[in-house]
Amino acid sequence: MTNSTKRKITVAVTGLNAVDSPGPGVAVIRGIRDCEDFDVRIIGLSYESLEPGIYMEGIADKVYQIPYPAAGTETLLSRIEYIHAIEKIDVIVPNFDAELYNFIKISPQLKDLGIETFLPTNEQFESRDKVNLFKFGEKHGFLIPKDKTIYDVSELSATAKEFGYPLVVKGKYYEATVAYTLEQAQKAFHKLNAKWGLPIIIQEFISGTEVNIAALGDGEGNTISAVPMRKLFITDKGKAWAGITLEEQSLIDLAEKFIQETKWRGGFEIEIMRTQDGKPYIMEVNPRFPAWIYLTVGAGQNQPAALVKLALGEKVKPFTTYAVGKLFIRYAWDLITDVSEFQKISAFGEL
Amino acid sequence: MITITINIYAMKIHSNLAVSDSGFIFNPSNGDSFSTNLVGAELIRLLKEGKSLTEIKKEITSKYEVEPTVFEKDYEDFISQLQDHFLVSND
Repeated sequence: MTNSTKRKITVAVTGLNAVDSPGPGVAVIRGIRDCEDFDVRIIGLSYESLEPGIYMEGIADKVYQIPYPAAGTETLLSRIEYIHAIEKIDVIVPNFDAELYNFIKISPQLKDLGIETFLPTNEQFESRDKVNLFKFGEKHGFLIPKDKTIYDVSELSATAKEFGYPLVVKGKYYEATVAYTLEQAQKAFHKLNAKWGLPIIIQEFISGTEVNIAALGDGEGNTISAVPMRKLFITDKGKAWAGITLEEQSLIDLAEKFIQETKWRGGFEIEIMRTQDGKPYIMEVNPRFPAWIYLTVGAGQNQPAALVKLALGEKVKPFTTYAVGKLFIRYAWDLITDVSEFQKISAFGEL
Repeated sequence: MITITINIYAMKIHSNLAVSDSGFIFNPSNGDSFSTNLVGAELIRLLKEGKSLTEIKKEITSKYEVEPTVFEKDYEDFISQLQDHFLVSND
């Protein structure tokens, strides 16, 4: 396709924090840029001045800071309106769990402005929340480890008696620690509470092999794409630093069933623990693309670009094949920039 | 003492297993990878072709200097390792 026939679009993307516990933004942008159907201008939306994606060459054409989720929907909408007046945004792709609630809430107003999104409904978003996941599994016939939501550290002892050790102590939004004693569980409780607030989720420990699936649902129960991956190298924060695509029909079937049951709209990631006897326990469902989403592009299913097309109202045919045995290996890179760049984003909120 | 006997006649190798000429094995179902020597790679290739133990024994003993009884013992050991790594299952 020549440049003149490519569709000119402007896409705003969050999650530019390509750090050791990375946001998916940079990978999402790479996917969108790789799509030959678009002549795309990328607007990066950042929260902090040192998110690497702000400064990376060939990622964002322009970056604006946006208010933290805690500032609320009105502040966010007002900031987006300001940016939209300059940039004429066609699509916004939010990539953080913590910001999704606000974006879902303001999506009708964004649509009125002419900005499309392709997000799950609030009901879908809430149903897969960590605190509701077990009920969700019971309702739809998925294996989910038993869990208990607690608000006080004194509840830990009774929960531990019920589940036994080891058990998993999980933060409201992110992070999880495997605890082998009450002391370890208490320490994890306080740490996660300080970082992410209450409640804390205590989960039954399931032993097995972790596999993840990145998928995209069209909102009508159809699976546009599903790519399973096994982490080959895991950081101390539990993040994949290398991974490989798998060929396992039961995993694709599971993603398809999830999409069919929920009519999921948008990208998501299912984290699965497969026991030695092959039972797939869903550990978490993340309501957005994972940071390793560029592997789906490398394997032949460009999920970020497909999501943008769906947001623009285009029909997207479900992908049917992908390359098995494709690896991603993340790396650290010292990017050199000038203090003047840092100054611009810090002082003016734009770069 | 407990002894476990593997029925080496009934073991079937996973059909989607990828094996390179140099002996690198990739299990696409779970992402595991292993290295084997050239004879191991050859055995996996023969198993993937659906050859029976009798056919495999004939091919290997005619190609390499190995007694049939020694081959059978080594073969059982190899299959046991494949089983440990979930690369074969009961037919």
